[in-house]
Amino acid sequence: MKTKGRVWKFGDHINTDDIIAARYLNTTDIAELSSHCMETIYPDFSRKVSKGDIIVAGENFGGGSSREHAPIAIKGCGISVVIAKSFARIFFRNSINIGLPIVETSFADRISQDDIVEVDFDTGTILNLTSGETGGFVRYPEFLQQIIKSGGLMPWVKEKYIK
Amino acid sequence: MTITEKILAKHAGVEEVFPGEFIEARVDLVLANDITGPLAIEEFKKSGARQVFDPEKIVFVPDHFTPCKDIKSAEMVKILREFAKVHGIKFYEIGKVGIEHALLPEEGLVRAGDLIIGADSHTCTYGALGAFSTGVGSTDVAAAFVTGKIWLKVPPTIKFVYRGKPGRFVGGKDIILYTISKIGVDGARYRAMEFSGETIRYLSMDDRFTICNMAIEAGGKNGIIEPDRITEEFLLTVAKERGIFFSSDRDAKYENIIEINVDQISPQVAAPHLPSNSKDVREFAGIRIDQVVIGSCTNGRISDLRRAAEIVKGRSVHPDVRTIIIPATQKVYSQALREGLIDIFLNAGCVISPPTCGPCLGGHMGVLAKGEVALATTNRNFIGRMGHPESFVYLTNPEVAMASAINGKISHPDEVLK
Repeated sequence: MKTKGRVWKFGDHINTDDIIAARYLNTTDIAELSSHCMETIYPDFSRKVSKGDIIVAGENFGGGSSREHAPIAIKGCGISVVIAKSFARIFFRNSINIGLPIVETSFADRISQDDIVEVDFDTGTILNLTSGETGGFVRYPEFLQQIIKSGGLMPWVKEKYIK
Repeated sequence: MTITEKILAKHAGVEEVFPGEFIEARVDLVLANDITGPLAIEEFKKSGARQVFDPEKIVFVPDHFTPCKDIKSAEMVKILREFAKVHGIKFYEIGKVGIEHALLPEEGLVRAGDLIIGADSHTCTYGALGAFSTGVGSTDVAAAFVTGKIWLKVPPTIKFVYRGKPGRFVGGKDIILYTISKIGVDGARYRAMEFSGETIRYLSMDDRFTICNMAIEAGGKNGIIEPDRITEEFLLTVAKERGIFFSSDRDAKYENIIEINVDQISPQVAAPHLPSNSKDVREFAGIRIDQVVIGSCTNGRISDLRRAAEIVKGRSVHPDVRTIIIPATQKVYSQALREGLIDIFLNAGCVISPPTCGPCLGGHMGVLAKGEVALATTNRNFIGRMGHPESFVYLTNPEVAMASAINGKISHPDEVLK
């Protein structure tokens, strides 16, 4: 599986309050959550982002609260993959569980705002088409691959537990 | 093995576990609140499952936006209430509800050695009772509704060894803020944080809850303290059984051991916009504040209110500072009433809120306007956390919060008591 898109670049420690402020968590509506994505630190983000775009960030992306509304808002905006140097753990598991592709790699440093980037999930490679540079990432362990292959945690649970 | 590894091994039904290993572990308690619960219920229903694995091991605590701040949050709580009724799940209604991480231990729902997951990042609080507890997402909770299990990667452990006795106006909050300032907001990312050393025996359960509560602020998966006589006394008072007291083996493997001398820790204040920006309160002396909040799952327990009352007794808060006191639970509230603390606060010009997370996450009951500054005993000072994206939150302990409310600016308690 491959995905290609334009980059939105963010720094270190982008927390879940940055991704979606708590005052908007009084709903589970995906479109509404998405309309406030990144609003605290980038007020126009949800209006400017296009389907297939890619978020690239530094260390500890998604720190703070356990709100699954954060990866849901990002996915709902049409973001195809989040690339970061590292992820906070609850955000990481939430993304795997809801089927938002995320990639952990130090190559995030070699990607800038508006670059066009292609991610190949099968080979674990990232091509920065703007700079011409190539980077790699370690593919998920087998256990997580199974969940991803099922399409998220609930489909995996359904296959395994609900007959 | 470490205490964390032992609890995980027991719940995975294996002899031993190793850091980095993926396990499916049995859960003793699953928690969801008014923000995360409705999403979990949606996922549960979509899966086609009809029954939850065990209604007695699930608990709903609508504490974030309650008493409901608007129509949408009322609809969210309604979803929880109705699902709870259908499935026989314990639901804490207004009048019984409190802030989840203060409420569950008080209700005797947490035992030592338990494995607890909650769709709330501060679920790590219960490690103070020698349980493995960790925050997860709504889908994790939905899956656990079905299976009674959770997938986990066994974390490596960082051991924190505290030496010395905490000084005056220094408590659990100062110890954890100081620790986070040393290792950073991702210093324990994916790690178990084991809090140990001679200092622990000087700390009350409330102080221990405060420390474990903020493990997540260093990126930790769980915070944990080996149970001792103080733990046992607490558990036997609130719960029918104390659970299993696990402890780390002498030859347990730690990724890192960090020693901290508590004698050197002064009352702390963490500046916007990261909990790791913590320093001696004196470094921030004189910063004007508009609001003080004393409450939350971090510092809304009875000993926190006692500490604040001690400072303000016979005094008044500054006329320009809105001082909001939030007892974490009904029990804390009623105990504070009996001890005369509520009278002290009212006479000093504070307002008392019903138990709620409220302003801690910018929900209600004290939201900040543009440019305003708050000093709070809460756990996060992120951009816009308590309201407007251009407002500012400083974190501290209850004594410093109240001393500053009196002075109208960030102050060491000594400045008020002299």
